[in-house]
Amino acid sequence: MERGPSPRIREGDCAVLKRGDVFKAVSVLRRRKIIFEKQWFYLDNAIGHIYGTTFEVTSGGNLQPKQEVEETTTEAKEAGTDNRNIVDDGKSQKLTHDDIKALKDKGIKGQEIVQQLIENSTTFRDKTEFAQDKYIKKKKKKYEAIITIVKPSTRILSTMYYAREPGKINHLRYDTLAQMLTLGNIHAGNKMIVMETCAGLVLGAVMERMGGYGSIIQMYPGGGPVRAATSCFGFPKAFFDNLHEFPLSQVQNLLCGTLRAEAEESALLQEESNGLSEEKQQETEEPAAEAPMEISPAEEQDAVDIAAGDVECKENKEKENKDNVREKQIKQWERRKKLKEAAALLREKNADGLIVASKFHPTPLLLSLLEFVAPSRPFVVYCQYKEPLLECYTKLRERGGVINLKLSESWLRNYQVLPDRSHPKLTMSGGGGYLLSGITVLLERGSADCSNSEALKVEEPSSKRCKLQDLPC
Amino acid sequence: MSFVEYGDTIKDGDTAIVFLGHESMFPVKVQHGTVTQTKYGVIRHSTDLIGKKYGSKVTCSKGGWVFILHPTPELWTMNLPHRTQILYSTDISIITMMLELKPGSIVCESGTGSGSLSHALIRTVAPTGHLYTVEFHQQRAEKAREEFREHGVEHLVTVTNQDVCKNGFGVSNIADAVFLDIPSPWEAIGHAKSALKAEGGRICSFSPCIEQVQRTCLAMEEYGFTEINTLEILLRVYNVRTISLQIPDLGKTAEDNSSSGFDSSNPSHQGSPCANLQQGTVQFKSGVPLREVVGHTGYLTFATKS
Repeated sequence: MERGPSPRIREGDCAVLKRGDVFKAVSVLRRRKIIFEKQWFYLDNAIGHIYGTTFEVTSGGNLQPKQEVEETTTEAKEAGTDNRNIVDDGKSQKLTHDDIKALKDKGIKGQEIVQQLIENSTTFRDKTEFAQDKYIKKKKKKYEAIITIVKPSTRILSTMYYAREPGKINHLRYDTLAQMLTLGNIHAGNKMIVMETCAGLVLGAVMERMGGYGSIIQMYPGGGPVRAATSCFGFPKAFFDNLHEFPLSQVQNLLCGTLRAEAEESALLQEESNGLSEEKQQETEEPAAEAPMEISPAEEQDAVDIAAGDVECKENKEKENKDNVREKQIKQWERRKKLKEAAALLREKNADGLIVASKFHPTPLLLSLLEFVAPSRPFVVYCQYKEPLLECYTKLRERGGVINLKLSESWLRNYQVLPDRSHPKLTMSGGGGYLLSGITVLLERGSADCSNSEALKVEEPSSKRCKLQDLPC
Repeated sequence: MSFVEYGDTIKDGDTAIVFLGHESMFPVKVQHGTVTQTKYGVIRHSTDLIGKKYGSKVTCSKGGWVFILHPTPELWTMNLPHRTQILYSTDISIITMMLELKPGSIVCESGTGSGSLSHALIRTVAPTGHLYTVEFHQQRAEKAREEFREHGVEHLVTVTNQDVCKNGFGVSNIADAVFLDIPSPWEAIGHAKSALKAEGGRICSFSPCIEQVQRTCLAMEEYGFTEINTLEILLRVYNVRTISLQIPDLGKTAEDNSSSGFDSSNPSHQGSPCANLQQGTVQFKSGVPLREVVGHTGYLTFATKS
């Protein structure tokens, strides 16, 4: 069995820059200045290289593949035994700030600077070997400007988002996301319902595990789903053919059989104009708040267009208006068609699973969306806080039709493993959110499914349940 | 049904999961004419199972009932017959994500053991990927092959009976990921490297003891692996319980008859304890941790082949 060639960095890709444990997602565009870890550079030279290549930033801001240099190991390393006589007076480094800057300006490589620092440190040879090691690592981290360009994946993007913009993903830690994907039995061929407000990260993770097979219906609040993170994954276009979306605001209608495309249409348009202004606000806020994507190509194009067309403006405006109206009509028709498709898929009530990870209270979402899931299928709900899931658990027990309910939290610890220096790392994440998972079963209305002993208890009728008669849409 | 594709109806030959209640379930091979004994009575496969929808409630002969569930690797992990210590879904989840597995991935695994992780890997790489799993114990290897056949996934997996430390995985330069759960993983790092594709492959080693981890990390470094990272993950489960706490009687003052300082009759706050003045208790919902939990399974070390 032959494997294809390793993927190469191409213009237009979303790539992730990596330096140590720090990640940043960027668009690979020529002549675009990138800032990352206090370095300025252009990605032009990286184009064509294999993902995973490590680069050095040269003076001038260009990338150059890092040469494999033999680590010069001095033989009899002079070292001390402990730090009882080492006094930290801040004067042990003989090179001044200006000296170091001068070295940097001369274009001296990071490795050489580190070597200079070692030679000019009065206390270096008194340090223990371990302390010397630690010192060298620290200086290298500061002065060696190496960057690796890696291909995005759930692993990389979820780690990046959790470190950089946890607020955007409701503080969903990457291991919690990993649990969701497995507990939910996400795999190729599923028909999944996904409801998330995590910038599209959870959607992307689900799409990655489905590999383009099966279908996904994304439920969304407001005017439209946010898929900023999803585009970072770099999925082929075909993956999006079976990705549908449906507005939460129409779920009640759908459940009660009162969904009408036309009424829905105007409601949608209303929401969209509200939603769009909301989203535009979000988008303009993002660059200020260190967006994972640098300036989007679309926005840049707009800027260019506005600058160019001044003279022809008036003439073309009339024609433009006509074109706009026609475009709008086509878009409206397409939207209506998509809505019908998504509604039809949901109405089948045979989804293979449900994933919820949002800023909203989980209970109403679960109680309504579970209606669309087939029996004997898993569902997973994420919440940043535990208490709403306690309530959700209780309400689900009352509703019935679910078994194996489990409320959990995963505990994650990273380790430093070095000879004679292995220990857990010094800092740890305090919390990565909570999960409530379970399996659906055939729901017999008006009976509890908890246990045999409770079967005799009279179940209180669910007051707000609508009759599920489907009216033509 | 299969472990990689959902089916709606129970068929002859399926492996189904019988769910009796909290934490109580077992797998069953559905077969015409067979019966299965449960504490609620007898289940007759021909009448009670075959043709019914997965997720149905089945009433057993003594009157009690059970649910019949579609198998998933996660349910299988909780119910499979142990031939060795197994990996549970918590570790399996992080392994799957950190190895970047997805449909089409090619994975190598050793040792196969009881097949807990194997089933999960097969599910993830289906329908176009493949699992090459190596097990040095002959009977276990054979039992694994048998189970994969029964579960309808044999086309996605190759079981090889050999010692991975001596003879490797049987493939070279094609794997997207390699997983090791063996006593001396450092002896297999070289073989892992040659099984992995040229660039970007991921490796994971699972070891209960830190000494094993140290040796493995050293070996990974020597073989030129990068991004070496060790972690451990544990699941904390909470039981949802309604708790009643008694309000202590702090006595009354000589003059007034109002209750002690704690104003338990304020219903205005959402989620605040609801009072029961007559019995002097306060009720609230809590997520209560279990008394005894799993404190350690093993350390997971990940790295990338550069």
